[in-house]
Amino acid sequence: MHIVDGALAPEVVIGGAVLAVGGLAMGLKSLPTEKIPAAGVLSAAFFVASLIHVPIGPSSVHLILGGLAGLVLGWAAFPALFVGLLLQAVFFGFGGLTVLGVNTVNIALPAVLVWYLCRHGLQSQRPGVAAAWGALGGGLAIALTTACVGLALALSGDQFLPAARLVFLAHIPVMIIEALISGAAVLLAHRVKPELFATLATRP
Amino acid sequence: MSHALGGHALGPEPRPEPFAHRRPAPLGRLDPRARLLAVTAFAGVVVCLKSPWVLALALLLAGLAAALARLPVGPTLKRMLAMDGFVVLMLLMLPFTTPGTPMFELWGLPASQEGLLAALRIGLIANAVVLALLALAGAMEATTLGHALGRLGAPSRLVHLLLFTIRYIDVLGQENRRLRTAMKARAFRPRNSLHTWRSYGYLVGMMLVRALERAERIVGAMKCRGFTGRLYCLDRLSWQTTDSAFLLLALALLAALVGLDMPGGPLSDWVGHAHPV
Repeated sequence: MHIVDGALAPEVVIGGAVLAVGGLAMGLKSLPTEKIPAAGVLSAAFFVASLIHVPIGPSSVHLILGGLAGLVLGWAAFPALFVGLLLQAVFFGFGGLTVLGVNTVNIALPAVLVWYLCRHGLQSQRPGVAAAWGALGGGLAIALTTACVGLALALSGDQFLPAARLVFLAHIPVMIIEALISGAAVLLAHRVKPELFATLATRP
Repeated sequence: MSHALGGHALGPEPRPEPFAHRRPAPLGRLDPRARLLAVTAFAGVVVCLKSPWVLALALLLAGLAAALARLPVGPTLKRMLAMDGFVVLMLLMLPFTTPGTPMFELWGLPASQEGLLAALRIGLIANAVVLALLALAGAMEATTLGHALGRLGAPSRLVHLLLFTIRYIDVLGQENRRLRTAMKARAFRPRNSLHTWRSYGYLVGMMLVRALERAERIVGAMKCRGFTGRLYCLDRLSWQTTDSAFLLLALALLAALVGLDMPGGPLSDWVGHAHPV
């Protein structure tokens, strides 16, 4: 869900950039130097995973995995997702330049919120419970991202409201798919390498 | 798709790189910092322009930059057209949701002139900025982008994170392909089923697990070689007179665009200021 340049009101663009800078500062503060390589490799993993297309009905969607990024990276999800969006904008032409701040906030803020809400659930000894929290986080992140996109558009003008509402409704199946995929990913990581959720996601 | 990110793939055969080519294009000889500053100024100015005529001129300028960067025409057009589905939807709905003078009706819904112009304006801005971005920044190697951002004052941790991400996108892309091949060998065919979605979840989970394990090995190996948390940039960026000249020319052209767009300017007629966006 990349908003393009020119669609948003200047106040929204500037507000998004300010919030993004704040989030980036928090995220970089939570990353001690020795963890930057790991954060970079995981950021690359999320970049590659976001290119995976999953069938849904007659069409297919690409994954966003903001919730999973939040659960694995904590506040570091902000710089990690920013880097991904920057590379997509510069090399693939997705999104734009002035909206980079808004687009970062739209994806990374829900990721951090999901981390605060679901990280305790992920520590459960029972794989099923951890997976359920992972699924909740995965679905919630998409719902919040869609709501943020809608909010950015609604703040820019009433004429965008019908489109924003339609976007939210159209993303309900995506929320379900992302919830299922995040839940399954958490289930596997819980069995194979539970440290995945404790290595990088620490308090800033 | 990660091959578009730079010329340091680890794969056995180097694949063609449509955007990070090494042929010296006229724009490619400029200092990357000058190109980044120019495209940032371009984006900042273009989103503020009102008149569609001036925006068309801006798109033309971006096209000129693309020609000077020798971007391949086909892939570039494809990238510009590949807008998000929801953006296309939003632009298509704008004429019908913006109040104003009705121009035509579609299934009984009036489309307003103001909405049509707003949609046209957004489309022109979005494409002009994306084209300029691909021409000025997308044609450089990804690591050069990181170095240039670092030299321009981006926080060093962010630059390090960017450089590590760039370095491992190709590696994890190969990890992804290996896992997909393994799935295919076990007769996995994507469908609309719980099994498919669970399998994709396991794929993502496994990629993250392998990424973390690889990161542990990387940090160990780097520490063995004396890594203290700082990557030293071995680039040879040097700011030349031509870079200053290019930047001045770019700023002059942007100033000209702003001048043409001013109320009362030659190209700011009825169309420019009629809509509320």
